[in-house]
Amino acid sequence: MSNVTEIRWHGRGGQGAKTAALLLADVAFQTGRYVQGFPEYGPERMGAPITAYNRISDMPIRVHSNIYDPQYVVVVDESLLETVDVTAGLKKDGAILINTARPKEEIVPRLKGYEGKVYTIDARRVSMATLGKYFPNTPLLAAIVKVAGIMEEERFLTEMKFSFSHKFASKPEVIDGNMAALKMALQEVR
Amino acid sequence: MGKRERLSGNEAVAIALRQINPDVFPAFPITPSTEIPQYFASYVANGQVDTEFIPVESEHSSMSAAIGAEAAGARALTATSSCGLAFMWEELYIAASNRLPLALALVNRALSGPININCDHSDSMGARDAGWIQMYAENNQEAYDNMVQAYRIAEHKDVRLPIMICQDGFITSHAVENIELLDDADVKNFVGEYEPETYLLNPECPAAVGPYSITDYYFEAKRNQAEGMRHVPQVVLDVAKEFAAVSGREYGLFEAYRMDDADRAVVIIGSAAGTTKDAIDALREKGEKVGMIKIRLYRPFPADEIAGALGKVKAVAIMDRAEGYTNHGGSLGADVMAALFRARSQALAVNYIYGLGGRDVRVTDMEHVYAELQKIIDNDDAGETYRFMGIRE
Amino acid sequence: MATDISKLGVKVKWQDLTEGMLIAGAGTSKEFPTGEWTAVKPEIDWEKCKQCLLCAPVCPDSCIPVADKKRLDFDYDHCKGCGICVKACPFGAITMEGVK
Repeated sequence: MSNVTEIRWHGRGGQGAKTAALLLADVAFQTGRYVQGFPEYGPERMGAPITAYNRISDMPIRVHSNIYDPQYVVVVDESLLETVDVTAGLKKDGAILINTARPKEEIVPRLKGYEGKVYTIDARRVSMATLGKYFPNTPLLAAIVKVAGIMEEERFLTEMKFSFSHKFASKPEVIDGNMAALKMALQEVR
Repeated sequence: MGKRERLSGNEAVAIALRQINPDVFPAFPITPSTEIPQYFASYVANGQVDTEFIPVESEHSSMSAAIGAEAAGARALTATSSCGLAFMWEELYIAASNRLPLALALVNRALSGPININCDHSDSMGARDAGWIQMYAENNQEAYDNMVQAYRIAEHKDVRLPIMICQDGFITSHAVENIELLDDADVKNFVGEYEPETYLLNPECPAAVGPYSITDYYFEAKRNQAEGMRHVPQVVLDVAKEFAAVSGREYGLFEAYRMDDADRAVVIIGSAAGTTKDAIDALREKGEKVGMIKIRLYRPFPADEIAGALGKVKAVAIMDRAEGYTNHGGSLGADVMAALFRARSQALAVNYIYGLGGRDVRVTDMEHVYAELQKIIDNDDAGETYRFMGIRE
Repeated sequence: MATDISKLGVKVKWQDLTEGMLIAGAGTSKEFPTGEWTAVKPEIDWEKCKQCLLCAPVCPDSCIPVADKKRLDFDYDHCKGCGICVKACPFGAITMEGVK
């Protein structure tokens, strides 16, 4: 039980939080670990707050509940900081990763006194620079892999290249952009 | 042998169906089962199966078309959830009484109302007396494995009954988890060809399917149908044994988890069984003698075997993920308590309604149930036997 | 293999029924004297019958047998007395109580 890494994603419908959770499960699976990636379905519409979850473990995972005391939280949309209790149950020795263009000093006071580590990344800037469009989940995936130490960066990039070449088999032109987004995000998260 | 993968429960079942390559798949979409025909339609489009895929206009029609195809001599199936199953009601009984061994991939979802898309077992529990074999899964692996075994059970000459392969909506259907798949060739060999003795498309021997039966015949016809059901448990065990030889994964009528010396037990169906296992392991670390029976085969109900497995417990909590509106609990509760009564059990039994409409089940919820069972033992009194787990009140 | 329907009388035990009440083999309804379902039957006046054969094809229960281009007498074991043949006969050769 104790070796399970639990991650909770907060996003809005249409932003790809569910896809990011499934991608994270995918990439962790490639390292031979046991994984879970699942969304919590609420109102099925664009913009509504949604939650997705990951468990990553060296042992088979049997529990099928949502995650209440995560080690890591990823906030895909900064505007959720005011409307959703994103740090609920978040472990003090864990960390929260927030997608924002603001400096960390402006974000920390909005976290209701959370005492653990706070990481930020400007996924919009990364995505616009590498993909020309706003897809926050690719940069956030790289950022959480780094923050949570899911796997070594080189291995991660190799696995993702393999994964993208399958996923985007019909439009290979986007593979390079996505790979660039991952690499830039690994540098930008702080 | 086998291939390690990570898949959602829906994709796992769809892959099992691709490997089985059934003859006819009529389908109408409904959340959360929609992905099964959706994945399957892509296999059809890619030429990976030669199944006749029929997009119909309702679940009434999907089940009707599956029945017609099966009677014609084809291996047929469909998939649905919730209100879709309710709309098949009439046909469920037709499929069973005509002894047509078709399959239904059911992704459990609450029935309206209030309207809700999330998991509980009210859909399949309502259909429990329709004459279908019902099997339930804890996770994607079990949903896949049950689907692979389904036709071997349903089509067995001693059985010939339709089979419902159930898994929990969203909780397993939409969760990506590790899974081990069998090789395509192994599934093909294991499932084999469907060779019905009598079928409508046989010009050598025309047949009448589903003739009217007057009062002089109806009762005997239903008794004859019940005989097929009586053969199911042995066939399930025989098929499971063969499946274990191919897959290395063993199945029974139910799973008894840490029951050997348990004085408290939970009887449960579906994904919450995995959560209960974590609760059991945590309590066992503290020296508490707790265990669980997870139902795999619910219809027919292996009453004697379950009563036997509960033979030594002092208190048992039976968990129903569907309300029965009996004023004293749900259908699993009634089945298990009847089994205990017939076995002259002295166990104190309570029935919990839980998890309706997708209400989350946590390890701490199950730990609380075991704590309540300890109180029951200490008081030597079951107290209220009709309980609700985690209800706000 | 065709079902042996001689065993399926109303006293049949559940063990002897077919699975799903399926009846294999064609023409098995011949064995059931559904003519018992009515008290009134058509009758033919052979003096008036011209053997035009307009009656035979309209019988819903195929109870007017034809051999050598001539109709034979009614199959009363299966005639349910619908009276359609009375209406079909242009020569008034077929009569039945209650049908004009």
